[in-house]
Amino acid sequence: MAYSEKVMDYFSNPRNVGEIKDADGIGEVGNSRCGDIMKMYIKVDDSGVITDCKFKTFGCGAAIATSSMATTLIKGKTVDEALKLTNKAVMEALDGLPPVKVHCSVLAEEAIKAALSDYYTRKGIDPEPIVGKIESHDHEDLACDL
Amino acid sequence: MRNIYADNAATTALYKEVLDKMMPYLTTVYGNPSSLYRIGGEAKEAVETARERIASLIGAKSPSEVYFTSGGSESDNWAIKGAARALKKKGKTHIITTKFEHHAVLHTCHALKKEGFEITYLDVYENGIVRPEDVERAIREDTAIVSVMYANNEIGTVQPIKEIGEICRRHKVLFHTDAVQAMGNVPINVEEQNIDMLSMTAHKLHGPKGIGALYIRKGFRPQILIDGGAQERGMRAGTENVAGIVGFAEALRIAIDTMDERRERVSALRDRLIDKLLLIERSRLNGDREQRLPGNLNMCFEGIEGESLLLRLDMNGICASSGSACTSGSLDPSHVLLAIGLPHEIAHGSLRLSFSDDITEEDIDYIAEKVDETVKYLRAMSPLWEAIKEKERRA
Repeated sequence: MAYSEKVMDYFSNPRNVGEIKDADGIGEVGNSRCGDIMKMYIKVDDSGVITDCKFKTFGCGAAIATSSMATTLIKGKTVDEALKLTNKAVMEALDGLPPVKVHCSVLAEEAIKAALSDYYTRKGIDPEPIVGKIESHDHEDLACDL
Repeated sequence: MRNIYADNAATTALYKEVLDKMMPYLTTVYGNPSSLYRIGGEAKEAVETARERIASLIGAKSPSEVYFTSGGSESDNWAIKGAARALKKKGKTHIITTKFEHHAVLHTCHALKKEGFEITYLDVYENGIVRPEDVERAIREDTAIVSVMYANNEIGTVQPIKEIGEICRRHKVLFHTDAVQAMGNVPINVEEQNIDMLSMTAHKLHGPKGIGALYIRKGFRPQILIDGGAQERGMRAGTENVAGIVGFAEALRIAIDTMDERRERVSALRDRLIDKLLLIERSRLNGDREQRLPGNLNMCFEGIEGESLLLRLDMNGICASSGSACTSGSLDPSHVLLAIGLPHEIAHGSLRLSFSDDITEEDIDYIAEKVDETVKYLRAMSPLWEAIKEKERRA
């Protein structure tokens, strides 16, 4: 298994690592049993633009690289644009992922969606019709996705 | 930047002295050992001399008990499948092994289960050591073979082979051990330790890849492995890997000649590193500290994942290994770490370092510094670590 240079770049020097103290939305997906957890923080201004996005990730090289790439892809975008982010776009931006690591990009997409969902909830808007259902990943007996 | 190879349990560098011994058999004495002319005869002689040396180095009664194979996995497959299938005719359809064997043994057992064998997997407890009394309790009338590895490839724990061998002898059950990791690191004597079959490989002890052997005690005959020729007493056909065989014997000789001194030096350095790494909070050593291979270190660091640790160590010139799911190529972390009772989330954060005699104190201190730095870095970005610390605060 070999990572692309882009993946290694985003793993070695991850962009947007950290937390946002007064975040407008926080999303966490994955679980420790399966070996990856991603936590996303977004700051959104009044016009619906994501002015800042940060992440924290427990996981492999691809998990760190995909979450970092996802933050750079939605930063400066509107909430509506961010909703359209797909795992495929994350993968393409990283010049591809080994097949066994595709699930990391899926997790990154879900993490962004979870943060957006939290953003709507905080605004008193039901997120489900907009973002879709966010899977809960904190069951002990769950099967890990590959 | 430093360049430290600390993955000798995966494979080792070929010693120059070993290569020198092999070279003639790759260049001038290239004859087929089965041929009549001189370079064939010389090759044959080299193979038989190597066989004698290996037999004597493992304490075998006769060189005819050593059969060359392509390495550890082949030897394990042959020993267990060959014995099980030969003994099935006598109504023996039960196999005893352990939960933390190498996949060459475990997957062989899974395959035999499909052929109707029943497999008992023994516990290895928290310290990663099989209890001989468990072996005795598991033996039944229909037990064909007991297979317990000599030393574990991930956590390096050395098993009570002599005691297990005695029990098997007493109950007249065949005893096989995979000694791939142990050879050249701990004293092995098939007679004294009551071993009936012993799997060996050359590339873990600075020999070439693609050559190994299976010791089979005289008096027992497993199923033939490869039909097609008289090589290896008709049990494994195929033109001998002459240079490999010569290299294997030389590598084993060097390993055994230097064993005592090497063990002392390498284990002291390894202990120095264990002590340093145990200072990292929420770290733990996996497997018994005393009963382990001199060059093996296996630790877990909570809140981080093994592959990212390895990648960052590699960026610092350190070659290591991990039992995380991401590096095991499956969904679950290492079966060895799960067998010693580690929860998945902790097993994901494992690191295996395995040293050879070229390791220095400076290397050890450099590794300690880089591991500490990397663990801190990864924890700082880990939501799992954040949750662990949060739980601590609330407690």
